[in-house]
Amino acid sequence: MTEVRLLYFASLRDAAGQGEEAWSTDAPDLRALYAELQARHGFPLSVEQLRVAVDGTFARWSDAVRSGSEIAFIPPVSGG
Amino acid sequence: MDERDFWLADAPVDLALLRRRVEHERAGAFASFEGWVRNHNEGRPVLGLRYESYVALAQAEGAKVVAEARERFALCAAVCVHRIGDLAIGDMAVWVGVSAPHRGAAFDACRYIIDEIKDRVPIWKHERYADGDAGWLHPEPVRGDRA
Repeated sequence: MTEVRLLYFASLRDAAGQGEEAWSTDAPDLRALYAELQARHGFPLSVEQLRVAVDGTFARWSDAVRSGSEIAFIPPVSGG
Repeated sequence: MDERDFWLADAPVDLALLRRRVEHERAGAFASFEGWVRNHNEGRPVLGLRYESYVALAQAEGAKVVAEARERFALCAAVCVHRIGDLAIGDMAVWVGVSAPHRGAAFDACRYIIDEIKDRVPIWKHERYADGDAGWLHPEPVRGDRA
């Protein structure tokens, strides 16, 4: 199992009921990890609508899930 | 006042100080953009809003946007600040200011910075509506080619 910290923002945070959580996963990549969390929390946004960041830097969905990393799912932004 | 070219502010910012940040002896032109909180969105009356951010990534990505503007356009200085937290109707949500030897670069860079900020920087708007409803805005991305 890989231990990671997850960060949720905006509508994802509302759906998860928390801004962050510790998580153990067997997901091989970030795409599979999001699918796992979507099933758990009922996230309304599809993976195609999101971007993903690892340790404060934008990442690719095909990237492996690394132990100890901080993973943030980025809903479509609406600043400005 | 912050010394960086881009930052997030959780309180109103001093416009005179912002403007002074881009003053430059080589500058013949100054352009600025202010984004304000308006009282409606897509036909719905809005009472107020809150901006949330993934601060670490927003800071890095916002700084990257301003750096790109400095590379693309002949500028003297460029500064952008974005508010986070609770804002009221009429409040300034974002300020972009650039100075350049000539007006073309100033206008173009100002436009570039605000467009990229809106497109890329992890900041989210939560609107409160007059009918009691509230919600996050998650517009469809303008570009679909991002990682």
